[in-house]
Amino acid sequence: MRHMRKWATAILIFGIGNPILYLFSIGLGIGALVDANSGGAGVDGVPYLTFLAPALLASAAIQGAQDETVFPVMQGFIWDKGFFAVNSTPVSSRDIVHGVLTAALIRTLITTAIYELVLLGFGGITLANMLPMYVTAILAAMAYSCVMVGMAGYASENGSFMEVVQRLIIFPMFMFSGTFYPIETTPIYLQWFGWISPLWHATDLSRAISYGHSIEPWVLVVHIAYLALWAVVGLAIAYPKFAKRLSA
Amino acid sequence: MIKATDLTKSYGDFIAVDGINFEIRRGESFGLLGPNGAGKSTTMKMIASVSQRTSGGLEILGLDPNKRGPEIRAHLGVVPQQDNLDRELTVSENLYVYGRYFGLSRKFLKTKVQDLLEFAQLADKAKSKSEELSGGMKRRLTIARALVNEPEIFMLDEPTTGLDPQARHILWDRLFRLKEQGVTLVITTHYMDEAEQLCDRLIVMDKGKIMAEGSPAELIRSYSSREVLEVRFGSSKNAEVAEQIRGLGDRIEVLPDRILVYAEDGEAELAKIHKLGLEPLTSLVRRSSLEDVFLRLTGRTLVE
Repeated sequence: MRHMRKWATAILIFGIGNPILYLFSIGLGIGALVDANSGGAGVDGVPYLTFLAPALLASAAIQGAQDETVFPVMQGFIWDKGFFAVNSTPVSSRDIVHGVLTAALIRTLITTAIYELVLLGFGGITLANMLPMYVTAILAAMAYSCVMVGMAGYASENGSFMEVVQRLIIFPMFMFSGTFYPIETTPIYLQWFGWISPLWHATDLSRAISYGHSIEPWVLVVHIAYLALWAVVGLAIAYPKFAKRLSA
Repeated sequence: MIKATDLTKSYGDFIAVDGINFEIRRGESFGLLGPNGAGKSTTMKMIASVSQRTSGGLEILGLDPNKRGPEIRAHLGVVPQQDNLDRELTVSENLYVYGRYFGLSRKFLKTKVQDLLEFAQLADKAKSKSEELSGGMKRRLTIARALVNEPEIFMLDEPTTGLDPQARHILWDRLFRLKEQGVTLVITTHYMDEAEQLCDRLIVMDKGKIMAEGSPAELIRSYSSREVLEVRFGSSKNAEVAEQIRGLGDRIEVLPDRILVYAEDGEAELAKIHKLGLEPLTSLVRRSSLEDVFLRLTGRTLVE
């Protein structure tokens, strides 16, 4: 927690800078091309920026959660071994898991709010939809955090575990979750990536809120349930792993 | 305060601690000695109530650490072998944040942190980041940090490894003061002089078992002689000479570079050697130390 104060400036600059850059380059730049080439029809029946905004919001939230879980966990177990120091106080291994998640949540709450304000400024979202979209993004980020905390718990001293996770899971997830184009346009053999990705579920949900992207009610439930499942699975990995590692 | 009965810890097939028994009384300064891999640190982790024992019993402050870990840990101060300070925080923040983990109030910590800074002689470094400190300062900070909750049992795992003599003596002085205040100390070390300085009672461990137990003086009495005579005849002749002087003292030990004669009176044994017409290149009579006991019990072979 105290760490984040030290990094507050960096987090804020990236928190504001990232969406602005993305919006300029892709939202407005590519958006102009897409809209022009589709004869003004945009994507999914709305201007490209409107289509893109919910996805950017969700992915920014998830990305922030990623940074604020993976690095602290690696630091706590490997670089500084701070978790071992904390664990020699009355604080338990579960408390440590919760602490990391709380820090990630606080950071996500702040940066996602900033991101939304920027999106609002560019006209990517409407004021009325801000709150439900905010909640969706946070939900996705937390679900994702739980899994990342669990995964990072497995990272070893010299191993490249997290690099593998980064390349094989996270990167494809951002590519194939229907962030920049509708998932339906991806070849079917790549679509499964989107289905297992919490980002796609969050994006799809957020699009439904933002501009009435049509989804069946049951899909809505599936989206939320799936994100909740990630949180549960993540904690189920993290709790025993942290306990084991701290008592080794 | 602490009572271990048949305490055992194994990792898979490997038995790190093999059914040990000991008891540590309130206000006592207790040492765990042993070569690397003897099971000292594992024992420490079990006492620190972070590592669960595999079998046997362990009672700390009357509680079972497997079940009431956090409750026990509230009364412990733990100094790990490797400093695990928070590098990004300042010296005083390290103390403050750690205190908060114990649920101590901000008001209490405000004065406590100041006291600890004085105690660790780090008051003028209070605002420095902990990663900027020297090795000795980091060690003192780690020790001060472990005192933030005014522990009843203070545990130090190799507290002075890597410190210069000045820092070591300052630390000993600080530990002695804590002991005077009635804090129970549990210390692991492989410096025998440190054990003699600090420990009222100690156990010598090897391969997960207890080899000996007692006060430093008792151990010297039962496992060594009062004095040791060290003679050198040159590495090529030592073995040959050893045959001639066998029977001298309580016991002799032949090393590649010298012969050790354990005896009540070293000078008298030296005179006997001279009488046999042998002229050692160098000779030295010294009092027996804990190191002699240690080497006798755990052997001279290198443990990796």
